[in-house]
Amino acid sequence: MLPALLVMALGAVLLGAALGFAAVKFRVEGDPLTEKIDAILPQTQCGQCGYPGCKPYATAIAKGEAEINQCPPGGDEGIRKLADLLGREYKPLSAEHGVEKPKALAVIDEQRCIGCTLCIQACPVDAIVGAAKQMHTVIAAQCTGCELCVPPCPVDCIAMVPIAEDISNWKWKYPVVAIRPVATR
Amino acid sequence: MNNSPYLHKAASVQSVMLRVLLALLPGIAAYVWFFGAAILLQIALASLTAFAAEAVVLKLRGKPLRPFLTDGSALVTAWLIALSFPPLAPWWLIVLATAIAMVVAKHLYGGLGQNPFNPAMVAFALMIIAYPQHLSQWPSLPAVVQMDFAAQWAMIFNLPPTQTLDALTMATPLDALRTALHNAESKTTIASAWANYPAAGHLADRGREWVAAGYLAGGVWLMQQRIITWHLPIAFIATLGLAAGTAHLINPAEFAAPLFHLFSGGAMLAAFFIITDPVSAATTPYGKLIFAAGVAFITWIIRCFGAYPDGIAFAVLLMNMCVPLIDMATQPRVFGHKK
Amino acid sequence: MRLFNFNGGVKPEPHKKNAAGLPIAVLPAPSFLVIPLHQSIGGTPRPLVNAGDFVLKGQRIGAGDFSTAGEMSSAVHASTSGQVVAVEERCMPHPSGLSALCVIIKPDGRDQWIARQPFDYRHHSPSDTRAYLRDAGIVGLGGAVFPTHLKISSGKHSALDTLIINGAECEPFITCDDRLMRERADAVLRGIGILRELLNAKQVLIGIEDNKPEALAAMTAAVQSSNQNGMAVVAVPTRYPAGGAKQLIRVLTGIEVPHGKRATDYGVQCFNVGTAYAVYEAVALGQPLISRIVTVAGNVAAPRNYEVLIGTPMKDVMAHSQPLDDTDRLIMGGPMMGVTMPGNEVPVVKATNCILVGSPKLFPPPPPEMPCIRCGECAKACPANLQPFELYWFSRAKIFGKAQEYHLFDCIECGCCAYVCPSNIPLVDYYRFAKSEIWAHEREKESADEARERYEFRQLREAREQQEKAARLAAKTAASRAAALAHVAESHPATNANQSAAEVSESASAATAPDQAAAPTPAELIAAALARARVQATEAKNTTAPTAAQQAEIDAIEARRAEIRAQAQPHLPPDD
Repeated sequence: MLPALLVMALGAVLLGAALGFAAVKFRVEGDPLTEKIDAILPQTQCGQCGYPGCKPYATAIAKGEAEINQCPPGGDEGIRKLADLLGREYKPLSAEHGVEKPKALAVIDEQRCIGCTLCIQACPVDAIVGAAKQMHTVIAAQCTGCELCVPPCPVDCIAMVPIAEDISNWKWKYPVVAIRPVATR
Repeated sequence: MNNSPYLHKAASVQSVMLRVLLALLPGIAAYVWFFGAAILLQIALASLTAFAAEAVVLKLRGKPLRPFLTDGSALVTAWLIALSFPPLAPWWLIVLATAIAMVVAKHLYGGLGQNPFNPAMVAFALMIIAYPQHLSQWPSLPAVVQMDFAAQWAMIFNLPPTQTLDALTMATPLDALRTALHNAESKTTIASAWANYPAAGHLADRGREWVAAGYLAGGVWLMQQRIITWHLPIAFIATLGLAAGTAHLINPAEFAAPLFHLFSGGAMLAAFFIITDPVSAATTPYGKLIFAAGVAFITWIIRCFGAYPDGIAFAVLLMNMCVPLIDMATQPRVFGHKK
Repeated sequence: MRLFNFNGGVKPEPHKKNAAGLPIAVLPAPSFLVIPLHQSIGGTPRPLVNAGDFVLKGQRIGAGDFSTAGEMSSAVHASTSGQVVAVEERCMPHPSGLSALCVIIKPDGRDQWIARQPFDYRHHSPSDTRAYLRDAGIVGLGGAVFPTHLKISSGKHSALDTLIINGAECEPFITCDDRLMRERADAVLRGIGILRELLNAKQVLIGIEDNKPEALAAMTAAVQSSNQNGMAVVAVPTRYPAGGAKQLIRVLTGIEVPHGKRATDYGVQCFNVGTAYAVYEAVALGQPLISRIVTVAGNVAAPRNYEVLIGTPMKDVMAHSQPLDDTDRLIMGGPMMGVTMPGNEVPVVKATNCILVGSPKLFPPPPPEMPCIRCGECAKACPANLQPFELYWFSRAKIFGKAQEYHLFDCIECGCCAYVCPSNIPLVDYYRFAKSEIWAHEREKESADEARERYEFRQLREAREQQEKAARLAAKTAASRAAALAHVAESHPATNANQSAAEVSESASAATAPDQAAAPTPAELIAAALARARVQATEAKNTTAPTAAQQAEIDAIEARRAEIRAQAQPHLPPDD
């Protein structure tokens, strides 16, 4: 009787220790699903989805609180990827959250800028530099095109300029599948 | 305007298919020589059906007719069906088979280049399951030679004077040997069964062994023309020969000789024309070896232990299913990369 | 010598006879030179000249932007002396037809050189030599225009086993390297010698396709007269693309350099003969790269090789060879890998080895595309040993991950697969499409990752600031309460002083728990705040009476602003 109990107890202790060790050793940081959703979102941080950033929107999708079609910058492709990842039905972009636009950059008209810092406070990725009463400017490489800096500007000196195609970002087009019916003689 | 390369080798799907058809001619010539012109009628029937079926489906699918009707792929499928069916099979059998090959096996999967299964073999397999009696009636050499073309024509279209096939046909060697071996009451050996076989030739069925030789000649020409690589036919012949040879060495009473297997049934046609259909076969060099060896081995298994006299159609279809896996596993070493 | 083999390859009609038969003709300067600033792999050099400036032949007009592109950039020079007419966007010799910044020079006809001095590389450090070659604008002239100075930095090993000189010139129609080797073998060889010393290479192999017997003979004679040990001219079998750097390295040494790896790590390095010649000119003569040999061939009456100043519009070069009437396009490069030019105004650049004039008869449009029948011809022809049809299926279906798994980026776009395809599928177009999509995705992902990082950092910073603000506020409240209390205590000395003092000390130490402090009445706090405000209002502001130093600083800032405004003015539209 006693040896049996001891063996069982020992087994329980060993297995418990193993499980505890595994829990510590292979602990998953954060919610992997949220991370995966966040990786698909475009990181524009524009808030058009109704959440204060891409991460909060990702969390809401993961919890099932938000639809997958609320992200205009991610566009159709983003929705399809989310649908694939989550096994949900594809839906067209919800119109109340906006429309898909070509990616643009904010450009500050430096002649008109009065240096009020409101845009600096609005920028979710700290891509605008400047100080109070000094001219501000946008760091183009870091601008996500979220447009959040546009409404706060009291003198309307910020314009969204679509990114122009140049030789460095030019892409080869999809080859036209040309199965032409040959003219019959 | 197109992009580089601006130069193109004068090659087309059409020329590939036409050369395959050309390579079939020696075999067909031998066929006509030994068994009469009935096979030409069957080929014509199959070709017409193939064109008609393809035209209808292309129309339904909204595809241009001209490039796809002239590419020659329908003809290759049609000829292979005609050549793998008994020459005096009723006309509707060949028409039905060809229609199924074109509509179900080819176009329902997306048309040229998209079919995972060899269309001719799909048709053959379906027909042998649906109409086993028609597909086991192969005319025997002495009987057929006495028939003229009119009689053969009448036979195919079931016109008077109607003859029953039974009088003209006999079991093929593969069938005869199987029956002899599997008959529990009068169990016999290969050698004695073969000795009693009325149409025995040098290696296999008299006549049909020459047709097989014709296919072999055409196939060698195809290899020389670089239409097909050596991998598929050589691996097929080697595997079938090896499997049959090993078994024959161990037990010659129950297992036929390798040359008999190679020159019987559809082995040679399969080696050079059926398994070499690029669309449904494996594509990597190693993959081709595995694919062809698989077809050959399964064929031999079915021939020796299965319920059907010849197993090429089933073997090909089974291996077609494995092609994506084979291709994935046998990707060749890319320049500069280790395996 | 043992030669190695590479998989596949094709043998198109060479079309080399006519242009190869005539000596190189030196072309005069055109009426205008259009010199793009971006001519090599790497960042765009910024212009060093303005409209109206006079430049000398060989003067640097564009310097690498070393701040953003690092070393991955190369200088650009004026090809002749003259006046800079404009620095503006012009159509580039690029399939996109897009424009980029160019320096437009009107030659003055005097062709006056800058002061030229040979560079004594033996008495300079390797990094100085690299900087010299970078500033001389030396890039690979085989077509890839990879900056040469980046290829002579030593790899893992201090000495190189084999230096390979690429004179294979495998593409049809192109004969510029052939003529260069025939006519200027000694100079090429001196360039090879310099490269050899810089790389400390044990042996040198000069690979030339065996369809160029004259070039082989000329180079062999030059090698013999130079008395260099361990240097050999090797005839390699004529088979396209034997002139691809990776393929030539494989043929001559058996070494396979994988995609994305540096050849030096495998003990080899490969330069084009044209590059060797440019190195000779730069080092021994002090002349930067301002001209190159260009083959004009195809649909022309008189195909020939020309020595052309960089920046010469292609139509001016073509005119010397008399294009035929049915000409319908201009191709930069050969018929296998060349790109159709957006017009004949585009300039000759460092990458222009050939101007191929096309016509519908010479390069007929391919027959209608048929579906892939998986015949495997492309795999047989692929020199990278890829499965092109698999890459085609994946690229067509936009399954880019799979395409990369099947080594899409090992494709060198040589065009062999599309050349042999019986279904006439524009295979290379699909690979180019897939590659540029993957690059775009990569760029997007990078910027998304950066945005995520910056967003998260901002969240963190805002949280921290809020915390700090709260702490500051708490401390301030506590302090002001203490002050108010003291004030109250002062104005009401009748209250128990002992008790009051105890309260003050307590509340001062209670920054962490202000609620517990004995509360003065709100009225008292307001009174105290008003008193503080009154005191502040009487204090002088820092703007009312600046010190002399402050005033000077303000003036300097205003002056700078004025200057900036003045500079910004010309960029504005005139009617603004």
